Amino acid sequence: MNIAVLSGKGGTGKTLVSVNLACAAERAVYADCDVEEPNGHLFLKPEGRKRTPVTVTVPDLKPNLCTGCKRCVNFCKYNALAYVLDQLMIFPEICHSCGGCMLLCPAHALAQKEREIGAMEEGQSGTVATLTGCLNPGEESGVPIIKALMEKLPEEGTAVVDCPPGSACIVMESIRNADFCLLVAEPTLFGVHNLAMVYDLVRLFHKPLGVVLNKCLPEENPAEAFCLENGIRILGRIPFSEELGNLNSQGRIAVRENARYRELFQNLLKEVTKEAAL
Amino acid sequence: MKLIIPVETRTLDASVCPSFGRTPFFALYDLETGGHEFLPNSAAESQGGAGIRAAQLIADSGAGAVVTCRCGENAAKVLNAADIKIFKAQDGSARENIEKFQKGTLAVLTHFHAGFHSGGAQS
Repeated sequence: MNIAVLSGKGGTGKTLVSVNLACAAERAVYADCDVEEPNGHLFLKPEGRKRTPVTVTVPDLKPNLCTGCKRCVNFCKYNALAYVLDQLMIFPEICHSCGGCMLLCPAHALAQKEREIGAMEEGQSGTVATLTGCLNPGEESGVPIIKALMEKLPEEGTAVVDCPPGSACIVMESIRNADFCLLVAEPTLFGVHNLAMVYDLVRLFHKPLGVVLNKCLPEENPAEAFCLENGIRILGRIPFSEELGNLNSQGRIAVRENARYRELFQNLLKEVTKEAAL
Repeated sequence: MKLIIPVETRTLDASVCPSFGRTPFFALYDLETGGHEFLPNSAAESQGGAGIRAAQLIADSGAGAVVTCRCGENAAKVLNAADIKIFKAQDGSARENIEKFQKGTLAVLTHFHAGFHSGGAQS
């Protein structure tokens, strides 16, 4: 079962929930898709790390073959090519790797070149196999890295996908193969706005979903109210606790340190498994 | 030499458009004859890389210099490769900027921004 953990903004507790959920399972794969700032490894501290570069295919000009017909320039929807003073210019960082320019070039002046945009790291942390996506600084899109991570997810067993924040392309790619989407919500009005955004996204994908309420206080919880209004199942509640905050700030995993949290996340996993089977 | 300026509407009395890549029109002004025309900016609707396409359009227009409020790094690369000089526009109309250019009071643009639109990244 592939469980995607997501939220509309950063700092709601996606990594807390993902890491602890993976550790609460007998065995699991944890995939960190927050490729711009992967931080699951700070908690899981994976061993035997193996790094595989992730590349995208971009055009490379073969000297002296270009006839200056500009078909590639006119074709490129993203304007990754220009032709001035008898010289073709390529902007690889703007290229979306569609390959159209290479197909169209009548002079076969454009060859394929692999451009590294980041890497995927595999490792092991106790019962949890880890996959970490890392996008190089300055790169525009982490989608190719998410795709590489998704290919590594097993068909069988529990996989927890720690999604990037928000509801953009990179999140869509992260939830594409999910069997269940677990939305992490915090008890603020801002949090509710962001919860609504991912809720809409997950519904567009027709994925079964549930919410885990994080940072719960005794006071009224606007995220809970949103769930009740929209008929969204609340699968777990994580208290706003100093103990949990301390464990987290020290890079420790609550489930591995504390029986109470072990039970909390095992129950959450059970609830998710039950819901996903419906 | 011809001068090219991003403008909001098809008149030299229009103010210089603050956007380079997504300006609706470019005013192409012939400094020798005073003749001018307005080129619709086909880059304005681009998903991304509008600056590059606009710079390509300028290079194709035969202009020798551009007067603009700002310009992105990628567009500047294309303009430089095409040997087109880039000048910083001042407040006022395209016509006023042409006059200032002729008097030599416009400064060369030296700061190129990294792009507001991320070159069409999938966001």
